[in-house]
Amino acid sequence: MHELSLTQSVVDAIVERLGPARVRLVRLEVGKLSGVVPDAMRFCFDLVVEGTTVAGAALEIVEPEGSARCRTCGDAFGTAEVLPLCACGSADVEVTGGAGLRILAVELEEPCAEPAGARTTGPASG
Amino acid sequence: MCGTCGCSDDGPGVRVTAAGHGHRVDLEVDLLAGNDALAARNRERFDAAGILAVNLMSSPGSGKTTLLERTVRAWDGPCAVLEGDQETTADADRIAAAGARAVQINTGAGCHLDAAMVARGLAALEPEPGSVLFVENVGNLVCPALFALGEHARVVIMSVTEGADKPLKYPHMFRTADLVLLNKIDLLPYVDFPVDEWAAAVRRARPEAEILQVSATTGEGLEPWLGWLRAVRTPART
Repeated sequence: MHELSLTQSVVDAIVERLGPARVRLVRLEVGKLSGVVPDAMRFCFDLVVEGTTVAGAALEIVEPEGSARCRTCGDAFGTAEVLPLCACGSADVEVTGGAGLRILAVELEEPCAEPAGARTTGPASG
Repeated sequence: MCGTCGCSDDGPGVRVTAAGHGHRVDLEVDLLAGNDALAARNRERFDAAGILAVNLMSSPGSGKTTLLERTVRAWDGPCAVLEGDQETTADADRIAAAGARAVQINTGAGCHLDAAMVARGLAALEPEPGSVLFVENVGNLVCPALFALGEHARVVIMSVTEGADKPLKYPHMFRTADLVLLNKIDLLPYVDFPVDEWAAAVRRARPEAEILQVSATTGEGLEPWLGWLRAVRTPART
């Protein structure tokens, strides 16, 4: 259940960056090859947001499909496998998409509330 | 950048735009970035002290602690162990009895160690400069894979009483391994474990991983494992 700590990190990151601004929607990217189960994050979300500025917010998760590129023949293809095989028979395949795990955006309740910290907080590295 | 009310935005990496009735704030934050930053801090601490940190991961019951007991007794230098388990100090007690410094991290409901837990464990453990630090992760082939701890090397341990196809069933764990150890090889005559198929599955998940076979019970295969540790330790200290 690593989804619990990942969901906690979502709320921590939002509160750290946006301070007291109340959040009404959180949009996440959970790639299909990321090793994370979106339903488990949804389950954890309502527990983790309690008592924070994110309480009551809707959670929207986009799930990009996996993609890969064969290092042997150069072919690029879509895949649902974490260890994809190329149609040419090669297993020397690089996953190029669908492994992402990110907060994409949030929507705030107050149209004019300036998000505290937005001017001074830099982007997370990595 | 708000076209509705004129309030602005503009912290680097934070972009505010009007979105219907509210404001959309684009964050683009990697969910693992917080843990990765703490892991990098742990790594700096290891490197400054000439410590080699090894993250040991496996399912429960693969023999991690028994292997560590033997390793601690055989290693000619200081070593220390951070023990991760949901409950009890049993493993830290065993390691301490074998002669190494050990601190137990109990994760409670948690299923993996993260970089913050390791940082707290390090504060209590205070490993000697120049030592080898083994971090025995919570027994689990799923969750620990995603969380960097600041380690120099990842070792995944399997035993011959598990299924040989586990590397393909738990690819996230195996595809980041630097070394995969097959433990309990003293039991090979009594179980149906196709070693060649297993090794092929490991290579499929992680072509560059090294593969070694040991018996923590009899000590067979211990020397190559110690040799591997010496080899990864040398570049880490320079």
